[in-house]
Amino acid sequence: MPSSEQLAQLILSGITQGSIYALIALGFVTIYNVTGVINFSQGEFAVIGAFVAITLSQKVLLWHGQMTASLEWPLPVAALIGVTTAVVIGALLYRLGIQPSRNASPLSQIVVTIGASIALRGVVLLVWGTDPYRLTPFTEGPPFEFFGAILTRQSVWVMGLTVVFVVSLFLFFKYTLIGKALRASSANPGAARLMGINPRQMGLIAFALSAGLSALAGIVVSPVTFTTFDRGLMLSLKGFVAMIMGGLTDPVGAVVGGLILGVVESLAAGLISSGYRDAFTFAILVIVLLVRLGGFIKGRKGEALERAGL
Amino acid sequence: MKLNLSPERIAVIIFVVAIAAAPFVIQNNYQIFMLTLIGLYTMLTVGLSLVMGYAGQASLGHATFYGMGAYITALLSARLGVPSWAALLAAGVLSALIGYVLGVPIFRLRGHYLAMATLGLNVIFVLIMKNEVAVTGGPSGFTDIPPLSIGGFVFDSDVKLYMLVWAATLAVMAHALNIVNSRVGRALRAIHTSEVAAESLGVDANSFKLKVFALGAGYAGIAGGLYAQAIHFISPSSFDILVSIELVTMAAIGGLASIWGSIFGAATVVLLAQFIRDKLAEGLGLTGELEIIVFGFLLAIIMVLLPEGLTTGGLRLFREWKARGKL
Amino acid sequence: MSDVILEAKGIQKSFGGVMAVAGVSLMIRRKEIFALIGPNGAGKTTMFNLISGAHSLDEGEVIFDGKPVHGKPSYHIAAMGLIRTFQNLQIFGTMTVLENVMVGSHLRGKSGFLSAGFRLPGVAAEEKRVRDHAMEMLKLVGMESRANDLAPSLPFGQQRLVEIARALAASPKLLMLDEPAAGLTRPEIRILDDLISRIRENGVTVLLVEHDMNLVMGIADRMAVLQYGSKIAEGTPAEMQANQDVIGAYLGVDWEMDKPFARTV
Repeated sequence: MPSSEQLAQLILSGITQGSIYALIALGFVTIYNVTGVINFSQGEFAVIGAFVAITLSQKVLLWHGQMTASLEWPLPVAALIGVTTAVVIGALLYRLGIQPSRNASPLSQIVVTIGASIALRGVVLLVWGTDPYRLTPFTEGPPFEFFGAILTRQSVWVMGLTVVFVVSLFLFFKYTLIGKALRASSANPGAARLMGINPRQMGLIAFALSAGLSALAGIVVSPVTFTTFDRGLMLSLKGFVAMIMGGLTDPVGAVVGGLILGVVESLAAGLISSGYRDAFTFAILVIVLLVRLGGFIKGRKGEALERAGL
Repeated sequence: MKLNLSPERIAVIIFVVAIAAAPFVIQNNYQIFMLTLIGLYTMLTVGLSLVMGYAGQASLGHATFYGMGAYITALLSARLGVPSWAALLAAGVLSALIGYVLGVPIFRLRGHYLAMATLGLNVIFVLIMKNEVAVTGGPSGFTDIPPLSIGGFVFDSDVKLYMLVWAATLAVMAHALNIVNSRVGRALRAIHTSEVAAESLGVDANSFKLKVFALGAGYAGIAGGLYAQAIHFISPSSFDILVSIELVTMAAIGGLASIWGSIFGAATVVLLAQFIRDKLAEGLGLTGELEIIVFGFLLAIIMVLLPEGLTTGGLRLFREWKARGKL
Repeated sequence: MSDVILEAKGIQKSFGGVMAVAGVSLMIRRKEIFALIGPNGAGKTTMFNLISGAHSLDEGEVIFDGKPVHGKPSYHIAAMGLIRTFQNLQIFGTMTVLENVMVGSHLRGKSGFLSAGFRLPGVAAEEKRVRDHAMEMLKLVGMESRANDLAPSLPFGQQRLVEIARALAASPKLLMLDEPAAGLTRPEIRILDDLISRIRENGVTVLLVEHDMNLVMGIADRMAVLQYGSKIAEGTPAEMQANQDVIGAYLGVDWEMDKPFARTV
């Protein structure tokens, strides 16, 4: 029987992880709402953002040890450039991959993002290799104690910054012109167009924004859990699960879903079996998908009819 | 019996003869092995082509059934002493059955959700294979899988394996072509284009989706069994989602709705991977990772420019240009 | 065998709070041509979808050929002989004209994954039967010359005819045509008019939704008028023309009530 300290520990680390899933899920939701695409490469931006920041702020071996980066710039600068890199790549992905294929089937577009995610992952592997890297914690100092569990300072940063990002995003969508344009574009693309809102611009912004969000997530969590080249895939899949838990189009639901996912995963891994940690996520995915969507057969036929334009 | 010698028939005959003759012309064992590998991948791609190309259903976890066939064969023949031919057959049949059963909940989903569910399936499968060490040997793999032997004839040389695999591959292709050119094939294509219209004509779409998925799983299971009996060693990482994506790339290059194209897709990917690994990577002083990048880009580019796949799309473009007098 | 082939009782359906069909009842007799008319958004296509099983009913019953079909999946209802076409043309774009019609014959065949895959005896003969039957259907609509052309390469009106041929290939007892004249030119509508008559002569009951009043008034035996999801009138074309409610429903739409469609051209 797990002690209350153990439970507290599991829940806290679950919330920390869950915050990252929440941010990635937010990126998914933003892109989906504006462009209707599921961006499978969402998690790769977290990895890229983190690795660029690490490379610029520490001594790092690149290209199989053939090159050393020892710029060791201050963390905020490195982080900024990391985020910018992700933003640029996200924009390029939209411009070169999504925009030209907008008339293809959704499956084709998913495959485009899958192809992109593999390519990005391959590049990361090429440049940084398989070793795990870790960004230095934002502030030094002893961890806190919280209900008998240990809460590292970086975990506090993760949770705190997640709140800041989510709230900022909320304010952005609600009060800025671009934010409102994005919302209009996703709610009613036709009407938005008539109002002069360019859907391609909106798609670009959505991708860039989401990439930046993922990069921030990756940077913020890197000091807590090491970053390796292949983290991106799992992050993408888990972010997707969180998105579905939240109802696919609901940003608040995505955040809540991400947090719940983090906690459930942590508890299951800690109490049942850690080897199957990732499997729990997928079991949850499958269950959630079936519960949410496996409703009446007729209901889905109706969906099919609507898609056929009837 | 009338001999119908149309140009297509002649091409097929030449092709089969070439396949049969190849190992005797190419004396290099490594290259024969490469060709055997292409055969296995063709079998996998054909199944994927039926599911994704003809029926239009996402299947991003096809390697699951490849792995299932491999592990079933390994467990049955190496642990339970089942004769190797029976283990191979069981691999195909059981994979098909499991595919059908898993398909029931999975095909209640559509579009993105279906794609993600198939991915999730693959992830869960690999995790189970990695974790249940006692049964599967875990991440270090399952060794000492006996080769196929039928009535004392053991398939243990590169040439024998080549013949075995390609016999199976050609049989699978013939089976798939028969299906494509039949009532079933039309029903699948109808479901792909307009499921609602297909149902309005009496086509039980769900049943067809399940069956074609099971068929693809069956083909993959056979391929997995053959793979296990050829290499005598399997590990979970040979069946993870990167392999599934590789298969999708093969299908995309070969033309998603083209059975013959599957060979082209499989061959291109295998040879391209080899080329990148051996020539480019060596030249640039890198190892392994370059091919992943290339495939990723390739997949993305093909999907952007020719969503119906390279060969099908290429053929369509060819026809269009010809019609417009460009050629 | 009763005189009534289709009975819809008290059909009700709403979509997210919007009542699309509110308690509509219809009775279609065998071998009649029945038209369902009404302004846009009246619920006509929804009725089609409900009857054919594409949507589920909230309330009500549908009895086809004496058997209840509400709640059954659409492929099951199609197998019973209720076949429909689509307002926005659901032609199979990757297939030829002939292949499209052959899909219509799906119910006439039984080769499946095993028999077709292994080319068991009987499959080839079945293929030939299906192919011949499909050609017959194409001849009925006059499209046999385009049999091997890719379906989307045809002009819209001809695709429409192919879709009808495809529906006929399914040997319907009741054929439901959803706005078959939409997008057709005048000469094409004349061909359609003639086709529908011939279909009825072959013993098939026809239920059609249509906006082209000339076509409808000339060909229908009986009609029902829907407005805002309810049936506001039912009867013969002559009765409809005189009905004030019907005229009111169509106020503003320009159609000539006093110039009946000339059936001889």
